[in-house]
Amino acid sequence: MLETRELTAFYGDFQALYGITFALNEGETVAIIGANGAGKSTFLKAIAGLLPRPASAVRLDGRDIGALPAFEIVKLGVALVPEGRRLFPSLSVEENLLVGAYGQHLDGPWTLAAIYRLFPVLRERRHAPSTALSGGQQQMVAIGRSLMSNPRILLCDELSLGLAPIVIRDIYAALADIKTRGTSVVLVEQDLVHAMSVADQAYCFQEGRVSLSGRPQDLTRDAIHAAYFGL
Amino acid sequence: MRVSRLNPVGVDEDPRHSSRFSVATATRASTVTALLAVPLILLLFALPAFASRALLQELFYVFTMLALAQLWNLLAGCAGLISVGQQAFVGIGAYALFAFTLMAGLEPVLSIVLAGIVAGLIAVPAALIVFRLRGAYFAIGTWVVAEVCRLVLAQFKQLGGGTGTSLPPDIVDSIVSLDFVRHLFQVRSPAARDILAYWLALVLAVGTLVLVYKLLRSRYGLALSAIGDAEAAAESAGVDVFRTKLLIYIATATVTGMAGALIFLQKARISPDAAFSLIDWTAYVIFIVVIGGIGTMEGPIIGVVIFYLLQYYLAALGSWYLILLGALAILLMLFAPTGVWGVISGPFDISLFPVRRRLMPLSLKESRE
Amino acid sequence: MLGWIDPLLQGVLLGGLYSLYATGLSVIFGIMRLVNLAHGDLIVLSAFLILAASAAGVPIVLACAVVVPLMFAVGYALQTVLLNRALGRNILPPLLITFGLSIIVQNGLLETFSADTRRLNVGTLESASLPLGSGIAVGLMPLICLVSAVAVIVLLNSVFYRTALGRAFRATSDDVEIAQLMGINNKSIYALTMGIALAVCAIAGFFLGARANFDPSIGPARLLYAFEAVIIGGLGSLWGTLAGGIVVGVAQTIGAHINPEWQILSGHVAFLIVLVIRPRGLFPRAVD
Repeated sequence: MLETRELTAFYGDFQALYGITFALNEGETVAIIGANGAGKSTFLKAIAGLLPRPASAVRLDGRDIGALPAFEIVKLGVALVPEGRRLFPSLSVEENLLVGAYGQHLDGPWTLAAIYRLFPVLRERRHAPSTALSGGQQQMVAIGRSLMSNPRILLCDELSLGLAPIVIRDIYAALADIKTRGTSVVLVEQDLVHAMSVADQAYCFQEGRVSLSGRPQDLTRDAIHAAYFGL
Repeated sequence: MRVSRLNPVGVDEDPRHSSRFSVATATRASTVTALLAVPLILLLFALPAFASRALLQELFYVFTMLALAQLWNLLAGCAGLISVGQQAFVGIGAYALFAFTLMAGLEPVLSIVLAGIVAGLIAVPAALIVFRLRGAYFAIGTWVVAEVCRLVLAQFKQLGGGTGTSLPPDIVDSIVSLDFVRHLFQVRSPAARDILAYWLALVLAVGTLVLVYKLLRSRYGLALSAIGDAEAAAESAGVDVFRTKLLIYIATATVTGMAGALIFLQKARISPDAAFSLIDWTAYVIFIVVIGGIGTMEGPIIGVVIFYLLQYYLAALGSWYLILLGALAILLMLFAPTGVWGVISGPFDISLFPVRRRLMPLSLKESRE
Repeated sequence: MLGWIDPLLQGVLLGGLYSLYATGLSVIFGIMRLVNLAHGDLIVLSAFLILAASAAGVPIVLACAVVVPLMFAVGYALQTVLLNRALGRNILPPLLITFGLSIIVQNGLLETFSADTRRLNVGTLESASLPLGSGIAVGLMPLICLVSAVAVIVLLNSVFYRTALGRAFRATSDDVEIAQLMGINNKSIYALTMGIALAVCAIAGFFLGARANFDPSIGPARLLYAFEAVIIGGLGSLWGTLAGGIVVGVAQTIGAHINPEWQILSGHVAFLIVLVIRPRGLFPRAVD
């Protein structure tokens, strides 16, 4: 459904990705793990269209989307929940959610009411400025905002970053709910335990390259360790 | 990006990671330039012996605009302080000159220097005000400061108020060494004045080039490139961003003031609109820097030549000439933002005024000693 | 004491005009972080366009009704063709492009209309006034101008805060990268923003021409007043811009009351004072 072929990415003169080949099948959840700076977030940004990439390096349903700008890619049903939440500070919680539906061209189950059912605490704080919420609640808003475009593929960048374990548990419970609707998920995570427990496939990135891939149950702890640190 | 291979003991044996380096700046092109520069400058000094007065006057304009352009480029291209208010210091320098010569009876060349100092002093409170603004708003802030200077000086009736005033010939003739020049070249006072003005302009241009060059090669120049790349990072690396910018702002204001003083000494006539003209002292200057190549020292030199030629052939077109300049500036910014020098030197990485530092590894033999 | 009420009142009304100058500038900067150095010249251009239309026999109200959407289109085109190409981290290209544009517009107007000063003919409205008692009267045109300034702000705020498009504008202003992830085409947003700004410039141009003489060279001074109003008011708030405009207007009229030669200087001085004691302006938004 979604695949990348020899995807490269640069920040100016600095090369962050050295040819990533990757595939996501419909309904799957794929986890991407790796140390800081390995290129995981860069990978998601490249798919989402925030970084320039070769036209044929990213394909959706067999069609090249590498040349499309980010706002077009959302309309094709690929939504990115960015690292660090990045809510819009001058918008309230509800406005943040609503703006997620701005480019919506697809019908689907995710409406404002549905998001509030998924994350009830947001309904109570719907008119609060988005910056007044706790980290975990902001993450819920970020996820909800991306869901409002009814994506077929949800790209999640470091959902658990900076959150308390109990909050992470709630976020992953919501993720399970999202998956039951048939959404395919690509999950970038530093939290190995959670990532591996929900994933059907896993890729390990190391310094801009894929160092290991396979089904989580087939990967040994030592293999992951070695791939993670590049030893 | 290669990962270095460490042997089991952890000793780095990669010869590329020599621990001894030298810092080099000279290039082949720059050495050639340095060798050619000296005879060129001597030739220019000797020019009055065989050049016409008209040529000397044209070169006066070229040299003073070159100085202004180098200074604006230092401020905007290198320090990132994009000012559209440098005409403030041209005007202040000019009015200070008129005040010192007309009202205090001081000798003109001394007055030029003092005028520069006055401009530099006024730059301090000006900086403290405008540095509160950033980016494009900083630019307009400098413009407002220039307008305030213009409006305030227009109130001074002793210097002509809104209509301005002139310098009587005997004041201009009190310039040092005028008699010497008159006898040397066997000319009358007006011609001698032109020769002296020309020499002063040449000194100003060369002096400005030397000043900018030395500044960019000093630790301030290094600080400026760091600030230009990433200000916050530079700050955390110990660069005092505020002080560096302040210093550059005051230094350029001072020399700009001297240029303004010289320019209006030669004109011998001043008015607030002329002294603080946005078009003459900012628009044309910016155009020169941009068409030549912003951020480089070679750029303004090329730019002033191109500008002079455009001015010479097309200024008679009046408003259409200005429309043409405006259109050229827009096209440049869209399609050739590095200017003519950028286009010429880009592919070859030539540098006539080498201010970039390059890390040169010492040979293995040298580093093992 | 009574002698000061008139200048104060005139200053507030003048502030309405300056607020109209400033609103477009404020919106462009808020959403695009761009300063259009040709802003003042575009206000003057609008005045000349209305003049040309009314000279051709079109009634002045109809002329405005045509020029406002025309300037919207000009702004949209300007952004799409020129400025969208130049936007990026470096502030120099858009600054120099708009600087070049300013020179082109000024000289273009000079060539087309000559340097003669003009005035828009609004008939009897020009000298009509509204008595307020105690011998004080306010001109009707300046009052309509102030009311228009307020109306424009109310209209823009209702777009920004009550519509989906407005959310898109605010999101783009906050974080243009993430806004794109919402399906927002930032280049379209920028073009719309510039269109809106120039439409407001057209309204400002009408009141400029109706109330005072104008000629091709007065653009830059309008830019400075607009800029001062925005800074004094504080970035990010349109009501703040109105307040800033009034501060500049009042400073100018009170300065003029003391000495007519000090009018413009007083406005600049007020601006510098505010910049020194309250650099973020009088009513800055909490988020920058």
